[in-house]
Formats: sequence, C-alpha cells, structure tokens
Amino acid sequence: MNTAPSHVAVASIRGTGTGATRVLGAISLALLVWLVVSALFLTPADVVQGDSVRIMYVHVPAAWVAYLAFITTAVASGCSLVRRHRTLGFDRVAGASAEVGVLFMGMALVTGSLWGRLTWGTFWQWDPRLTTTLFLFITYVGYLAVRQVDVDPQQRARRSAVIALLAVLEIPLVHFSVVLWRSLHQEASVLNADGDVRLDDLMLFTLFSGVVAFTLVFAWLVIHRQRLTALADTERVIGLDSAIAVRRAEVAR
Amino acid sequence: MKDLGFIVASWALTLGSVGLLALVTIRRARELSSRVPDERKPWV
Repeated sequence: MNTAPSHVAVASIRGTGTGATRVLGAISLALLVWLVVSALFLTPADVVQGDSVRIMYVHVPAAWVAYLAFITTAVASGCSLVRRHRTLGFDRVAGASAEVGVLFMGMALVTGSLWGRLTWGTFWQWDPRLTTTLFLFITYVGYLAVRQVDVDPQQRARRSAVIALLAVLEIPLVHFSVVLWRSLHQEASVLNADGDVRLDDLMLFTLFSGVVAFTLVFAWLVIHRQRLTALADTERVIGLDSAIAVRRAEVAR
Repeated sequence: MKDLGFIVASWALTLGSVGLLALVTIRRARELSSRVPDERKPWV
C-alpha cells in the first residue's frame, strides 16, 4: 500500500525565506562586516583599558539584544494570553525570541567574562551585575525548558506566557544593579543618568553600528525561527491527519 | 595588538555561535518545508 503523503508534490518552496528576509539578511551581514573592520582596525584603543575595549563592541550589543529579546518575548506572551483562542502565532514569536535572547545573553556573559579577566584580573566575581545577569540567563533557560514539556500547545502557550511576564521583571533589576549596589561593573557609558556620553565619536558610532547590526540579526533569526516552529507544528498536524486517514481506511475495509 | 587572544576569542565565539544558529535554522527550515505543502506556509 502506498502511504506516501499526497502533499509532498506541492511543497515546491524550500526554506522559510522571502524577498524581505533576504534583504534583511544581506543588510545585517554588510553591517556585521563593517562592525568587524571598524571595531578591530579603525577605532582607537581606550586610554585606560587599551585594546581590550574592542570586546565592548560585541559585549554591549549582545547584552542589548538579549534585553530586547526578553522584552519581545514578554510583549508577544501578553498578546498570546489576550488572543489565546485564535492563534499560536504570538506564542511562537515569544519562544523564538527567547531562544535568540538566551544565545545573546550567553554571549554577553562569556565576552564579559573574557573582558573581566583583562580589566579586573578575574573571569568571574559574584558582583551584583554579573550575578543578576546569570540569574536572568538561568530563568530564560528554564523558560525554554518549560516550552519543551509535551502538553497541549494552548496550555503550553498559557504557562510559558505567565513565566515570560514574570521573568521580564528581572531586566530593570539587572540594568540598575550597578546603581543600586556597589558593583565592580562600570556604570553605563552611553545611557547613563546624567546624559553625558563618555566615548570617542568613532567608538560611539561603531558601538551604535554594532547595536543596529545585532538588532537586525535578531529580527532575522526570530522571523525564521518562528516560521520554523510553525512548519514543525503543521507537519505534526499533517502526520496526525494522515495517521487518522489510514486508520479510517483500514476500519472501512 | 595587546590581549589579542581574548579579543579574537570574544569575537569568534559571538559571531560563530550566531552564524551556527543561523545555519542550523536554514537547514532545518529547508528540511521541514519540503514536507509541508506551500498553501500551509503563511509567509508564501
């Protein structure tokens, strides 16, 4: 008996890309190339930190994207709670954004650790900023673990949305930890309370380029990963439909 | 350049892991999309 699914012939479009995502990908890639050239070869070394400041151009954008990702997860989770009976689209965006956020938060921790070894003489200190950042990272790893629990998709969306809305409250704590407590970590050089930017013009422009480049990469990844989840969900439904059809045919025979 | 190893490691880890995630995503998307009909891909 031929059990091959009949839909295979009409799956002619490969991948999850569109014209818009290809343009987005190309712009992101071009900006990343500029970032590498500018950060590693054009910008001056820091007066105090020397060349180790070049780690800042990946560390700060990575931390920024992680915050953005977790806030996106919270907003999408809120929307999925409000519109939960209509679509899982918001839940997929929430999950995809958290995945990308965890990756960037991990990168912020690792690059921060390497930078810390050069400037503080140690890879790790149980300092308020580092500790709260690690706690934020672990919280979202837990969030992703909850999303892997095999339950009804609507129930999974509801549970994870509640966790995401609680977890996002940690972000202000992480951001202001350097002000609230005595911290080894420096205060913000750009977004500080007195509005005084303490960076050379080219350094600031390169840092800004990094933030834009990483934000575009984040958008590209989230778009593709939420489409990937949609494909996986659809494939599961098709598989179930096929199995039911085969069973019905056997019963009818 | 001083501290070269740490700087290169930071950049390589960051760009490498992001690139790897992008690559895995593209490959998995190609694999899955061949098993799902086009009319069930909302972005098409």
